[in-house]
Amino acid sequence: MNKPERPNSYRSLPDADGHFGLFGGRYVAETLMPLILDLEKAYREAKADPAFKAQMDDLMKNFVGRPSPLYFAERLTGHFGGAKIYLKREELNHTGAHKINNCIGQILLAQRMGKKRIIAETGAGQHGVATATVAARFGLECVIFMGETDIERQKPNVFRMNLLGARVVPVQSGARTLKDAMNEALRDWVTNVDSTYYLIGTVAGPHPYPELVRDFQSVIGIETREQMLAAEGRLPDTLVACVGGGSNAIGLFHPFLDDESVAMTAVEAAGRGIETGQHAASISAGSLGVLHGNRTYLLQDDDGQITEAHSISAGLDYPGVGPEHGYLNDVGRVQYVSATDREALDAFQLCCQLEGIIPALESSHALAHVAKVAPALPRDHLIVVNLSGRGDKDIFTVADALGAKI
Amino acid sequence: MTTTPGRIERRFAELRAEGRAAFVSFITAGDPNLEQSEAILAGLPGAGVDIIELGMPFTDPMADGPAIQAAGLRALASGQTLRKTLGMVERFRGTDNDTPIVLMGYYNPIYKYGVDAFLSDAVQAGVDGLIVVDLPAEEDAELCEPAVAAGIRFIRLLTPTTDDKRLERVIANCSGFLYYVSVTGITGAAQGAQDAVGAARKRFAAKSDLPVVVGFGIRTADAVAEIAAVADGAVVGSAIVDRIAKNLGPSGGLTDGGVRDVLGFVADLASGVRRAEQPLAAGGAR
Repeated sequence: MNKPERPNSYRSLPDADGHFGLFGGRYVAETLMPLILDLEKAYREAKADPAFKAQMDDLMKNFVGRPSPLYFAERLTGHFGGAKIYLKREELNHTGAHKINNCIGQILLAQRMGKKRIIAETGAGQHGVATATVAARFGLECVIFMGETDIERQKPNVFRMNLLGARVVPVQSGARTLKDAMNEALRDWVTNVDSTYYLIGTVAGPHPYPELVRDFQSVIGIETREQMLAAEGRLPDTLVACVGGGSNAIGLFHPFLDDESVAMTAVEAAGRGIETGQHAASISAGSLGVLHGNRTYLLQDDDGQITEAHSISAGLDYPGVGPEHGYLNDVGRVQYVSATDREALDAFQLCCQLEGIIPALESSHALAHVAKVAPALPRDHLIVVNLSGRGDKDIFTVADALGAKI
Repeated sequence: MTTTPGRIERRFAELRAEGRAAFVSFITAGDPNLEQSEAILAGLPGAGVDIIELGMPFTDPMADGPAIQAAGLRALASGQTLRKTLGMVERFRGTDNDTPIVLMGYYNPIYKYGVDAFLSDAVQAGVDGLIVVDLPAEEDAELCEPAVAAGIRFIRLLTPTTDDKRLERVIANCSGFLYYVSVTGITGAAQGAQDAVGAARKRFAAKSDLPVVVGFGIRTADAVAEIAAVADGAVVGSAIVDRIAKNLGPSGGLTDGGVRDVLGFVADLASGVRRAEQPLAAGGAR
């Protein structure tokens, strides 16, 4: 693969057509083109409108509970005996994950665009809950598409969405997980173009979604920078985040992309092991393709058919990755690694026991990578791990994996 | 755009002379398996099909309803690949060098095959046109421009959401015919009103000389006749694919007589464009 040239800034993309180098774009049916062009226009207007920012800031502070703390994980640090580990506590946000940051931004856009009905796809249910939450808050009808497999493994979140007034539509196609939920949401959108706003939960989909979701999630990195400067008087050395679609990772990384001293590692789900083929590591083990509106790394066979992803964590169980991640991989700015189900489970338990924090299985992949690298790093090496969600939703999956009955 | 007339242009010229609209059928290549799909394909011209749309199966058909999704999965489960789909076209051309074949599907399998290799193999096989659902005009450089350069028509879907502002851009690189999706939505959904189709067609006529065929939601010979009265062609897809599904046996293939039943159903639909009372030609003759 040709390595793209190093740009003056890593933060100036996408270009006007939504490309991050070779990645991104707008690969959608003609029916949807006018909609995504409208969305882009609405987003540009909102960005330029101080009232939008004021409304957003107010909701982030008083509804979401931001800023989220940057917490020194003293016992994990002591346990590994190396790098100094900080956790960015996105799991303390309202609804228990970083997903709400994006939902606040997009629901305000939907409102500006006069849309009355919100649809979304969800894997782990975190984005579904966050979407149902903002839809309830703004009095909009809400329909969530969720694969049947995910409904089974994330029952508490399904009930939460119902309590919040959303209708959860079980998706029965494919492996009945996140990818299939996204197909179904796109089908609904193609059918209900006038009334409906599609609130995509990650930095994937056609332009401008990867850009706007990233911008709404960048609050994570912007806060981290200020908090780390306050705590240590300097920038962190390494940022670590899990990546499925990649919204929590890009949210943490993006504000630091032009700080050369800051290394970044994104952790994909290696499932039962990359070598088994049962994983969700599209960058580590996938190839270039076009799906869900953008060009990116995908899990696919030689015929260009999309293959099923596997991860113990429903939120990472997606056979693609946001286009900007594909780009950041190819230019070498971010290092992409992976962690297995087993490694994530171990890190999950360690975090519970040492820090009194039950992390999401997704975020546990990031912790699993830290467990691998922290011991060998010097004590003044500052690592920030994005603790992107809380693990209460995962206790049934974890119990099952550990052979416990609850 | 000036191009040497191909099978699509010759077919529409013949139909104009006959004074009727085209009957366009859709089946998914390899549904329910290569052998039976090929038998159906070979029988389509005899059943009255003027233009054949052949679906290239894809695991994630985001603009298709349950019927065509299921057809694609049946085909993939039986081992269909893009290479095999091109092989079907090539063998079809051994007995029929006149009926236009338009491949329809999604971009990823073509991208993975390699655009240049695909276009060269498609020309070789005797493919006349392409409809790639997830390549809007904004991405024309990907496939549309090289396809046209290779002599393959690039047919684009026009939808009720395509406003006048977009229309010019969408039509600009279109060739072969315009495919009007009469409703917003996925394949197999409700049929758009005849009046709306007529109005849309007038709108397109102001910008393009290409014939306009209408699809999505047409399921009966009567519906075909209604659309044929206001358009240059009517497409039936989901209803034919459903008929294939109805003839499936326990082994996953068509039961005895299944191919004949499907072709009989197609022949009935095709009769819709041949009804004497339809007033077509006025609008169709250009």
